[in-house]
Amino acid sequence: MRLIAENLGGERGGEAVFSGINFALGKGQALIVTGPNGAGKSTLLRIVAGLLPVAAGRLLVEGGGEDFPSVASACHYLGHQNAMKTALSVAENLRFWRDFSGADFLSAEEALAMVGLDGIGHLPFGYLSTGQRRRAAIAKLLVSRRPLWLLDEPTAGLDKASEERFGRLMREHLDEGGIIIAATHLPLGLEGAQELRMGETR
Amino acid sequence: MLALFLRDIRLSIRAGGGALTGVIFFLAVIATIPFGVGPDINLLARIGPAILWIGALLACLLGLDRLFQADREDGSLDLLVLGDDRQMLALTVLTKCLAHWAGSVLPLVIAAPLLGLFMNMEPIGIGATALTLLVGTPAITFIGAAGAAVAVALPRGGLLISVLVLPLTIPVLIFGVSASYGAVANPDPFLQPFLILAALTLFLAVLGPVAAALALRHGTD
Repeated sequence: MRLIAENLGGERGGEAVFSGINFALGKGQALIVTGPNGAGKSTLLRIVAGLLPVAAGRLLVEGGGEDFPSVASACHYLGHQNAMKTALSVAENLRFWRDFSGADFLSAEEALAMVGLDGIGHLPFGYLSTGQRRRAAIAKLLVSRRPLWLLDEPTAGLDKASEERFGRLMREHLDEGGIIIAATHLPLGLEGAQELRMGETR
Repeated sequence: MLALFLRDIRLSIRAGGGALTGVIFFLAVIATIPFGVGPDINLLARIGPAILWIGALLACLLGLDRLFQADREDGSLDLLVLGDDRQMLALTVLTKCLAHWAGSVLPLVIAAPLLGLFMNMEPIGIGATALTLLVGTPAITFIGAAGAAVAVALPRGGLLISVLVLPLTIPVLIFGVSASYGAVANPDPFLQPFLILAALTLFLAVLGPVAAALALRHGTD
């Protein structure tokens, strides 16, 4: 599948944040969105996901087939918040998202092992540290299969080893034909990724 | 959908879920009424169904503001909205309503017969009031969901939800109370208001979630 943005513009509270964004991503390609605070990185991701309306231009998915007719159905959105309940255990949280999202991929335990959190699935999510919470949220990307990953500062709070492990997960996802759009301030270790600098294009 | 239902039930039971807050509020309201009204036992029996209904209605409204706000704060709401293509958002809302009803409102219905004793009500009146509460309270939850969805982005939305929702729940209250009276006062009918109450619940089970889904879809920022 291909994800194409043509002359995309976004606004927040009636004020234009950015305009004229163009990119085209095919299988196995990644886009790194960088730029200063307030440049509209998160707004761009939310517009691509379909959580905010497109203010100008257009955004389309080609070749998604029946399974993934729209961006919303094809994407995993990892926002600033982790979308996990503190009162439930990590495994319960993951199992819920696995059942709710459909398209099962890894089991909760396997996904936790992939992010180096094996053996803590029974703990309430609220007991985890910031970095562990982020890793559990990353495990959420692995419990159901989605070709497009939208990541908003995915490595915030992660230590060096976890960053590298996450880099490997992203490369595997790209090798399997996935697409990644990540907004970040930190290098993610993705070679050959397109880069979009926001705040300078205007 | 079953997964969502079970998750919300679990959350309402575990710490901070607030399943008991409503029951305790209900108990407090009903327990203070006899002190305020005075020791006229016949008067208490006469106003009993109405007081039980008003108490249950207010207790229902108490927990409604957390229906979507908790999900919004931790980011789950974004993912529930994004899942629209696979799990229709209105159905997601309906499931959340049912889980909220089973977790926070059903305990009120179960507590109602006990509190009916405080009001010196006859057994048949207690039974009728509990039955009308069982059938009518889902309607309050469904209306409340629409209010909660509109006010989801507001930091102190609880009061606003009550103000928005309360006028819309008046028909439910009227038919609930009149059916309860119909069971004890002889010339008044029971079945007609009871059936209208059931119809209101079914009607709002469709309209409420659809309206709430629409509000949530346009309320993301």
